[in-house]
Amino acid sequence: MAADDLAPGAPIVELRNIVKRFGSVEALSGVSLTVRKGEVLGLLGDNGAGKSTLVKTLAGVHDPDEGEIIVKGRRVSPWTPLAARNAGIETVFQDRALAPQHSIVTNIFMGREITNALGLIRVQRQIDEANRLMREIGFTSKVFNPESTVGHLSGGERQGVAIARALYNNADVIVLDEPTTALSLTETQKVFRFVNAVKESGRTVVFIGHNIYHVWDIADRFFVIDRGRTAFEGEKAAFTGADHLIEMMHQLAETGRADTASLRRTA
Amino acid sequence: MTTAPAPAAVDKRGTQSPWRMYYRRNGRALNAFLTFMLVWGFFAFNNPTLFLIPGYYNAFLFSVPATIIMTTALVFVIVSGELDLAFPSVMGAAGGLFMTLVISGVPILPAAALTMLGGAALGAAIGAIVVYGKISSLVATLGLNFFIVGIVNLLAQGKNIESRESVATFGYAFFTGRWEVFGLQVPNHFLIAVAWTVLCYVLFKYHRFGIRVQMVGDNPDSARQMGINIDRIRVGVFVWSGLAAALCGVILVQTANMVWFPTSGKAYLLIALAALFVGGTPTWGGVGTIWGAFFGALTVTLIPSGAVGAGFAGFWTDFIFGLVIILTMVAHRFGGARVR
Repeated sequence: MAADDLAPGAPIVELRNIVKRFGSVEALSGVSLTVRKGEVLGLLGDNGAGKSTLVKTLAGVHDPDEGEIIVKGRRVSPWTPLAARNAGIETVFQDRALAPQHSIVTNIFMGREITNALGLIRVQRQIDEANRLMREIGFTSKVFNPESTVGHLSGGERQGVAIARALYNNADVIVLDEPTTALSLTETQKVFRFVNAVKESGRTVVFIGHNIYHVWDIADRFFVIDRGRTAFEGEKAAFTGADHLIEMMHQLAETGRADTASLRRTA
Repeated sequence: MTTAPAPAAVDKRGTQSPWRMYYRRNGRALNAFLTFMLVWGFFAFNNPTLFLIPGYYNAFLFSVPATIIMTTALVFVIVSGELDLAFPSVMGAAGGLFMTLVISGVPILPAAALTMLGGAALGAAIGAIVVYGKISSLVATLGLNFFIVGIVNLLAQGKNIESRESVATFGYAFFTGRWEVFGLQVPNHFLIAVAWTVLCYVLFKYHRFGIRVQMVGDNPDSARQMGINIDRIRVGVFVWSGLAAALCGVILVQTANMVWFPTSGKAYLLIALAALFVGGTPTWGGVGTIWGAFFGALTVTLIPSGAVGAGFAGFWTDFIFGLVIILTMVAHRFGGARVR
C-alpha cells in the first residue's frame, strides 16, 4: 500500500475540476486540488466555503457530480469510502466516525476487520494490533484497554482511537478534519506531535482547521477555498508569516478576492 | 526561586474486577437467563411435583424451537436498526411452498433446503424494498406482511395442504425424531434450534457480517464513512430473517403431522418480538445478544403452559405475560443504558 515508487513532492492525489451539488446548492464549483507526497497540506476556508464538502470528497463520502479523481496517476471511479481507503487515503473525520457502544478494538478495525478465509474475526490478533497501535501513538492508560467501550472515553481519547484507526495499514495520505476542535492544550500538542511523526515517516497529511495559527504551525503548504472555488494556494515560504496569510483571508472574506501578487515567488 | 521538578503524574484510578467486566459485557444475556430461572422457579415453587417430572417438559421442547429460531434471527434485524414485521407471512408462505414441493414428489430434506432458499430470496426482496425503496422498515414490513399473507391465501384458496403419507419417511424423522434422555423426550427440531442458536452466536459475535450489523446499527454514518456498504448489510439482515422464517415454516408443518394451514406462522409475530425484548436486545440498535434471545424464547414459551401447570386459571396467562415483560424491561436497565 505504501507509495514507495513516488518521489517526494510528486502528486499523490489529484482532484480535477470537482463539482458537487446538493439539490439546488452548488457546494463545489470546479475545485482542483493536488496533494503532494510527503507534505503537510493545510486546507483553509470560511464556514460554508466548501471545506467540509471537499474533505468528504477526498475521503470518498461524496462522489463528485463532475470532475475526476486521480490517485498515483490512476483515475478511480466510482469514488466511494472503500475506494478511497483502498487507494491509501485514511480520514479522521470531524465527528470521529466511531461506534460508541463498541470496544476500542472493534472501532479500530471498523470496515477493515482481520478475518480468516471464512470471514471469522481473528480476535486475539486484532487485540494485539490495537495494543501495539495504542502504544505507538502514546495512547495508554490503565483505566482502559483495547476492549473498553468507546462511549466511556473522553473526547481526546476518542480522537486517539480515530487516529489509531487511520494509522493502521500505513496509509499514504492521512486526512485530519478539524482534529484539534474541542481538545485540551495537551491533547492538541499530542495531535501536533503525531502529525510531525507521520510526516517524518515520509507520508502525507492533509490538515483542516479553523484556527489559522494551528494550521500555520503545522503545514508546509496552504490551500484556501472560497465559495466553492480555489481562492489561492502557496508554499509556506511564499508568505511573510501567519499574519500575511490571515490578512489575505480577510481580503478574501471582504472583497471576494485576495491579493496574490503579495505572495513571494518560490522556486 | 527554584522549583523542584514536578513528580510524574500517577493515575490512581483502579482497574475493574474481571467479574464486573464480565457482567458489563454479558449483562443482558445473564439478565435474560435469570429471568427464565425466576419465572421457572416461581411456577415450580407453586407446584413442585409437576415441575420436577422430566416428562412435563416434552410439550415445551416440542413447541419452543420455532420461537428460538425466529427470535435469534430477529436479533440481527433489530441490532441493525431495522424492524421486521413480515416474518410471520414468510413462515406461512414457506410452509406452503414446502408442502407444495412435498406433494409434487420432492423428498422432505431437498424440499426443506429449497424452501429455505425461497425464504432467503423472499427476505432479500423484502430487504430490497425497505432499503432501496428508502421506506421505514416498520411501515414497509407491516404492509408486506399483509400483502404476502394475501397472496398465500389467494393461492391456497383457503385450503389446507396435507401429506400424511410422508410422516413415515426419513426426512420427517430428521426433523421430529425424539431422543429419550432421563425420561425427557428431546425432539430433533429442538436440537436443530440449539445448533441454529450457536450458528447465530458465531455469526453475530465473531463473523465480519455480524460485527458490521452492529456497526451499522450503532452509527450508520460512521459505518458508511469507514467503507461499509450499509445497504448490503441491511438487506443481509432481512435475508437472514427470511431464512430463519422458512426453517420455522418447515418445522411448523412437520410438528403438525405434515399439515399446512394458510394461517400458519401468524401467531408468532408478538411472541417472537416479546421473546426478543425479554431476551435483552434493546430497541435502539447497535447491540444485542443471541443467548439472551434464546432464554427469552424459553421464557415466553414457558409462561402460558407453566402458569396453568402452576395452578393459575387460564385467564391469568396474559397478566403474567405482561408482568414478566415489564419487569424484565426494568431489570435490563441495570444491564446498561445506552452509551453515546
